[in-house]
Amino acid sequence: MQVPAPFEYERATSVDGAIGLLERLGDTAKLVAGGHSLLPMMKLRLANFEYLIDINDLHGELGYITFTADEVRIGAMTRHREIAESAELATVFPIFADAEQVIADPVVRNRGTIGGSLCQADPAEDLSAVCTTLGASCVIRGSGGERVVPMAEFHRGPYETAVGPTEMLTEVRFPIRPHAGSAYEKVERRAGDWAVAAAGAAVWLDSEPRGSRGGTDSEYDGQDVVLADARVGLAAVGPNTVEIPSISAALRGQTPSEELYARAGELAAQSCNPVTDPRGSADYKRHLADELTRRALRRAVQRATDQVRS
Amino acid sequence: MQVTMTVNGEAVTREIEGRLLLVHFLRDTLGLTGTHWGCDTSNCGTCVVLMDGEPVKSCTVLAAMAGGHEIRTVEGLAAGGELDPVQRGFMNCHGLQCGFCTPGMMMTARALLDRNPDPTEHEIREAISGQICRCTGYKNIVESIRWAATDAAGTRTTLEPVEAQSVGSAS
Ligand SMILES: Cc1cc2nc3c(=O)[nH]c(=O)nc-3n(C[C@H](O)[C@H](O)[C@H](O)COP(=O)(O)OP(=O)(O)OC[C@H]3O[C@@H](n4cnc5c(N)ncnc54)[C@H](O)[C@@H]3O)c2cc1C
Ligand code: FES
Ligand code: FES
Repeated sequence: MQVPAPFEYERATSVDGAIGLLERLGDTAKLVAGGHSLLPMMKLRLANFEYLIDINDLHGELGYITFTADEVRIGAMTRHREIAESAELATVFPIFADAEQVIADPVVRNRGTIGGSLCQADPAEDLSAVCTTLGASCVIRGSGGERVVPMAEFHRGPYETAVGPTEMLTEVRFPIRPHAGSAYEKVERRAGDWAVAAAGAAVWLDSEPRGSRGGTDSEYDGQDVVLADARVGLAAVGPNTVEIPSISAALRGQTPSEELYARAGELAAQSCNPVTDPRGSADYKRHLADELTRRALRRAVQRATDQVRS
Repeated sequence: MQVTMTVNGEAVTREIEGRLLLVHFLRDTLGLTGTHWGCDTSNCGTCVVLMDGEPVKSCTVLAAMAGGHEIRTVEGLAAGGELDPVQRGFMNCHGLQCGFCTPGMMMTARALLDRNPDPTEHEIREAISGQICRCTGYKNIVESIRWAATDAAGTRTTLEPVEAQSVGSAS
């Protein structure tokens, strides 16, 4: 029978209350959100704390998805299920719906939160890869106030984040740019499992199709679109989920094509750093990084062009 | 510490350790052994109970976290001496063999039907995809849940015979 080592249970009823408890109890205390990463680790005695601070009562305060013209904000206690079921989010960033379909299983998704996913900083965490792909930033609160940290600086290594011992993550923000498309591709050994490897892609098309710039052909046929920007994020092939700036540099200003996707795939395979484990060999994961990058880009571009045409 | 929650409609208060898992609270503290406990690693789903109407893996929820919430277990499915349509579905369609996965499967099925009274086969398979059955091959479980949906709606009261059975009974 697996049970955690003894600890004292505390319940926070507000963000300030949670931070106050963290300050009072120091690093003997840990926040628990959905508990679906932390409790399994504590049951295996890979983690032990004297105090657990349950923040599920903060779902009212931190469980939300809000939209403005240029930003999406997701509260840290928003559960996988709520992200999966937001039709509006799926329209703005279809990558979320792709990813949520393959994160764990529906019962786990009833509990797990976006805040817990990011703070767990598991190299295979799918939502971390999504946030990396979309260039998200994280709002971290402490008793001194709030600071906003870009995803690139949020993860500090496997299971390590920029959140200090007396701080908590409260919100994740996603910039909205026009003519966007995004997608997520994951290979797993069986339903509900962690990724062998996964790739997210987000693209933003130039506001004007090339044809219409010439003034002759305003048909947006997907052949002559230009990528204003593109980002790729990989999961399970390095110490953290990472974006690959060399891919962005190679894609910017280019017209999408199979050759371009192949080039991006090659860069993904070169820049990742997978290890051989029971989920697969390093070579196989590198192959997946290549192939899944191509697939994700292809689908993201398709979605962006469909959206621009409609 | 003390915890108070509602289990199958009844308020219960007990003195517990903070580290006690909900599955052990239900089975050992309350004696509700209908909720099973299998893998211990959040993978098999035999420990699924409803928390405020949503299926959760009770081996991965602290009993303390359930404080103030409503828990429903397989013991709370039947009401007023009547089996729940889900239970009748599993009975009629042979939705179980050893029965180990059954409580979790039935609780997930109940929650699914509460949200979506007429799920497709695909929706049913998706809903139970976090739960493992080592006996049935899932076919009859899916069939049982479909039966519960249609039976509850009163649109189908008799069952098509299962093919393998008619072959067997002919010999
Ligand atoms: C069987 C199973 C399969 C899974 N498969 C996948 C998968 O395929 N892909 C995937 O991405 N994930 C998977 N997961 C993980 C799942 O998504 C978790 O729910 C998620 O990683 C963590 O969310 P949580 O809310 O449960 O976090 P918790 O377990 O509560 O917390 C995780 C960590 O984050 C900290 N924390 C939580 N919230 C905050 C906050 N607001 N501020 C600061 N620190 C915080 C905690 O202190 C802890 O260190 C799986 C889990 C299980 C049990
Ligand atoms: S015992 Fe809870 S999921 Fe297996
Ligand atoms: S009936 Fe035996 S495990 Fe499902």
